[in-house]
Amino acid sequence: MSVPGVLGPALRARGLRKSFGARVALDGIDLEVPRGVFLTLVGPNGAGKTTLLKILAGLSRPSAGEVWVLGTDPRREGARLRARMGFISHEPYLYADLSAEENLRFFASLYGLRRAEERIDEVLARVDLASRRGDPVRAFSRGMTQRLAIARALLHDPELLLLDEPTTGLDDRAVGILVDLLGAIHDGARTLVLTTHRLDVGLRIADRVAVLAGGRVVHEADARSVDPSAFAPMYASLCGGVP
Amino acid sequence: MTATARAEPPVPSFLGAMIAVIRKDLRLEWRTREVFTATLVFAALVLLTMNFSFEPGQHAVEDMAAGLLWVAFVFAGMLGFSRSLLAEKEGGCLDALYLSPADPGAIFLGKVASNVIFLAVTEAAVLPLFAVLFNYPLGRAFPGVIVAIGLGSVGFVAAGTLFAAISTQMRVREVMLPLLLLPVSVPVLIASVRVTQTALAGHALSGALAWIGLLVLCDALFLVAGMLLFGYVLED
Amino acid sequence: MTETGSKVQDRMDLILSRLRTVAAPLAGLGLLLAAAAILRAPEEEAQGIVQKIFYAHVASAVSSYLSFFITCAASVLYLWKRDRAWDFLALASAEVGVVFCSAVLVSGPFWGKPIWGTWWTWDARLTSTLILWLVYVGYLLLRPFAGEGERGARFAAVVGIVGFVNIPLIHFSVKWLRTLHPKPIVLNAQGPQLPPEMMTTLYITLGAFTLLAITFIAVRAEIERLRDLASAMRRHATKGEAR
Repeated sequence: MSVPGVLGPALRARGLRKSFGARVALDGIDLEVPRGVFLTLVGPNGAGKTTLLKILAGLSRPSAGEVWVLGTDPRREGARLRARMGFISHEPYLYADLSAEENLRFFASLYGLRRAEERIDEVLARVDLASRRGDPVRAFSRGMTQRLAIARALLHDPELLLLDEPTTGLDDRAVGILVDLLGAIHDGARTLVLTTHRLDVGLRIADRVAVLAGGRVVHEADARSVDPSAFAPMYASLCGGVP
Repeated sequence: MTATARAEPPVPSFLGAMIAVIRKDLRLEWRTREVFTATLVFAALVLLTMNFSFEPGQHAVEDMAAGLLWVAFVFAGMLGFSRSLLAEKEGGCLDALYLSPADPGAIFLGKVASNVIFLAVTEAAVLPLFAVLFNYPLGRAFPGVIVAIGLGSVGFVAAGTLFAAISTQMRVREVMLPLLLLPVSVPVLIASVRVTQTALAGHALSGALAWIGLLVLCDALFLVAGMLLFGYVLED
Repeated sequence: MTETGSKVQDRMDLILSRLRTVAAPLAGLGLLLAAAAILRAPEEEAQGIVQKIFYAHVASAVSSYLSFFITCAASVLYLWKRDRAWDFLALASAEVGVVFCSAVLVSGPFWGKPIWGTWWTWDARLTSTLILWLVYVGYLLLRPFAGEGERGARFAAVVGIVGFVNIPLIHFSVKWLRTLHPKPIVLNAQGPQLPPEMMTTLYITLGAFTLLAITFIAVRAEIERLRDLASAMRRHATKGEAR
């Protein structure tokens, strides 16, 4: 686990608000994630999980409140912060007509990586796609695309990895592979934040779990000490019965 | 393993990011040939339509040649930019580009460069087609024509790339792009047509120096504006 | 205070309301003065009484340039500071600018028909004004189609900046292309060529129209601000009911 005080928390949000015109997506988020921790954010659809992640990634700006990522304000240190962060969305962030390794080669040069070919070999091996490296991404299944997306996000060995509903569209077997992969990536030095509306996945791999409902963090707990059968009904009531 | 400070990760150089984008676009286009075929067919159709629309006598063609060519380039160009930016939006890659440590200005210039290359290929195919359809000898005018069309294309593509990035994120994008792009491109287009006209008539380009100056100024303006503003367009 | 309040907004509200109280009556007075001056001004020999449209025509053009300048400046400030107060100002100025631009486009033909015999000519000034009109109509049309939240404001700001910086280029390219318009009387290299009584009338009209433009912008910006406030209050109200 991370040593508190060596470096500040990986993420800190205070009073974070985001509204889109009349619709309020985030209504005062207070959150702190120490380094090396794997946090799962669970919540019903529309709770604001994607919005929160986008703000943490620096893709969006909050309407109000403060956010620190790896010790800096994402609005300020832009490029250097993004070099230390990886983002996996439910969109693949891949070019369908290029092959797996062509995609990786592009992102490697976009990120200015030096030992590009080595890194590409390493990440492809890690997600078990080395045998399919020359195939166009268009031919990949959803599960394979997701693994390639993780490979892409790992190329630059980020300290912080944000994953937005990575289990979307995956069958149980693919989810299992994903969970194992994430478990292997979670090495104590890397901070991971994952959002999902699947409670079982959320509790299985994470260190901590937070429940997001109505644009607010309504509950936080240590994931390992939570009893899944007790948690589920509490989660359901927190979400007002919305799945 | 404890969380201690690591070595500072690399940030891509401006030129490196730009070249990465260009190579990716070229490779993607080579794989699919979507943009090229669409724009070439479209430009040819525009020329054909104009040919049928009026019976140009030799004098009329001389007066209108530059304008006709640029109408074809403008429509083909707009088609090209929207497809090029749409290809980014489809995989969600607009966000991916913004999330990278690369300077948005570098990404912009990279996309402008690839779009210029695509347009140039179309233009190179359209010119001989034009010469044949309208019975217009291009021979001696050639170097001047290249310069004229080249300078004009750069400015038009720069503005087009910026506005295509905006319109591709909006509803009714097919209407928004011409609506936003054409009025703003007027100076570039006027100047380009004038310089092209001078070149096509076989005159030395030194006779159109003022127009060339204006054209270069327009190019510089759109390139710089695009570099500075592209980041704001990419963010969510 | 609602979420949309901010120090910049408050200060702007104050300035705008002061402007309204001061500028509105002055504008009214100015218009009366201008009307009197125009009626009293000597008739131009060749063109007769129709020439008097010139004063309003030129003053409208200047007012539109002023408005578009304000839009550009407010757009830059919006992109920099992200305070919606600047967005309201940019939108208000753009609308007022388009109105004055339309006035130029309409008064031109009314001036031109008796003199040149045609309603519309593709001469330099009118053409430039038409193009400018199209640019900013695009600016206004862009907002409703931009989708959620602050996207419209952001994209519009980009267009507002590029559009304004383009103005001299439009001006020169069109001018070199055509010259049918009466030789520039005011913006002439040797200085204004008008007889002194006409110059005075022109200055008075310019002053009146400028005050009018400022009044319109101040009012319109306030309307936009109130609209935003109203939807914010609606949000609070519906949330209160939901709880």
